[in-house]
Amino acid sequence: MTKPEGELTWKDLEIGSIVTEPGNASQYRTGDWRSERPIFDSGRCIKCGICYIFCPEGCIEQNAEGYFDANLFYCKGCGICARECWARAITIVPEEQ
Amino acid sequence: MAKRVGIEVSLAIAEAVKLANADVVAAYPITPQTHIVEHLAELVANGELDASYIPVESEHSAMSACLGASAVGARTFTATAGQGLELMHEVLYVASAMRLPVIMTVANRALSAPLSVWGDQSDVMAVRDTGWIQLFVENGQEAVDNVLCAFRIGEDPRVLLPVMIHLDGFYLSHVVEPVVFPEQSQVDRFLPPFKYPLPLHPDKPLTMGAFAMPIIYSEAKKAQEVNLEAAKEVILECWGEFGNLFGRYYSPVEHYHSDDARVLLLTLGSFSETAMTAVDKMRGEGGEVGLVRLRLWRPFPFAEIRQAVRNAEVLIVLDKAISFGGPGGPVCSEVRSALYGEDKKPKVIGFVGGLGGRDITPAGFEEIINKGIEISQKGSDKEFEIYGVRE
Repeated sequence: MTKPEGELTWKDLEIGSIVTEPGNASQYRTGDWRSERPIFDSGRCIKCGICYIFCPEGCIEQNAEGYFDANLFYCKGCGICARECWARAITIVPEEQ
Repeated sequence: MAKRVGIEVSLAIAEAVKLANADVVAAYPITPQTHIVEHLAELVANGELDASYIPVESEHSAMSACLGASAVGARTFTATAGQGLELMHEVLYVASAMRLPVIMTVANRALSAPLSVWGDQSDVMAVRDTGWIQLFVENGQEAVDNVLCAFRIGEDPRVLLPVMIHLDGFYLSHVVEPVVFPEQSQVDRFLPPFKYPLPLHPDKPLTMGAFAMPIIYSEAKKAQEVNLEAAKEVILECWGEFGNLFGRYYSPVEHYHSDDARVLLLTLGSFSETAMTAVDKMRGEGGEVGLVRLRLWRPFPFAEIRQAVRNAEVLIVLDKAISFGGPGGPVCSEVRSALYGEDKKPKVIGFVGGLGGRDITPAGFEEIINKGIEISQKGSDKEFEIYGVRE
């Protein structure tokens, strides 16, 4: 897709709304479903990766230093990472904070 | 030279599908369309039609299989009736929205309950808004001709929409009629091979029927509506070219002594031919009556309908279905709505008749016309009349 979905007119659509570009689901911002977001505290993080394993969205990434963080383009703010983190390195805060 | 033969209309439809050289037929038998798919099964089994015949466990599966076949670019056909059409219901919307030109004949049948296998148009009206091109045929020849036209219209790259051809169950599906079959070479010239522009193929992966968020769904529906409206031009073009090649011309609205008629009857399907007999008789006796037959149901021919009835004082519309608790027959309701904004328009009187296989004879049509005239003069406290019902 050449334009973001919100800018497409009905004339821009392929016949039958067929999606011709494989893998373009990655352009879908699921992050805008979020009402809360995770904050990662590297001071407490033990780099175990349990948040990465449990994230149902697959949006947690490991950085060069080995710490983890959520990609907020996709993160829906479900809080599973915070619930599973045994080092209590993740806190969930409301979006408006 | 084209042959003129006596043949049951259902079998003639199957022969037309053979002439169209369909690639895939997925179907489930249901009265009164069974003979269509039964004969197609024979043609495929005998090697006369080189197609995949998919026997399925329900009409829902039949239409689903047709979608898959059409999506890879196969010329696809099925047939159904009554409850079978209703069981397909949700998949019908998918066919049109995904722009898959499945061609389907529907031998119109009443809906349960009480159980009825006989003809009326309740099944059609329940699928009115599914986004298919829909047309009615009056006799065997029209059925054969329009099966060929349907493939050409539906598969046209400017259209790419499924087409439903409605024929009255039993009244038409089960009668033997004289039919002229075109030569295979003529059909091949008229009907080019089907080329779906974006077929499913492993070399070029696509997603069909994907999820649409609120941000894009309205655009998808607008595209669909514009596309169905635009199909009308291609339908007219196809019927014109068919006429030039085969000598039989079709139009969205047919006129029968309607130009100078004070009172018009509007019908659709095979009942129109009986109504013509009644109109002939009444005109012979000095009645200023005429007949308008609606062939194209979707896209609805607004301009042609307005033009056809503008000089009449009374327009009597006969529906073979009831919109329960609503304004009467669905066709009458749409015609009335099409005329509402016109300065010069007839009084529209609605009748419902021919339900569940109840015959309407030429004398019956006379009665409907006379009663319609009476209502137009004296008025009525009812939205519509059910013809012939025992009170």
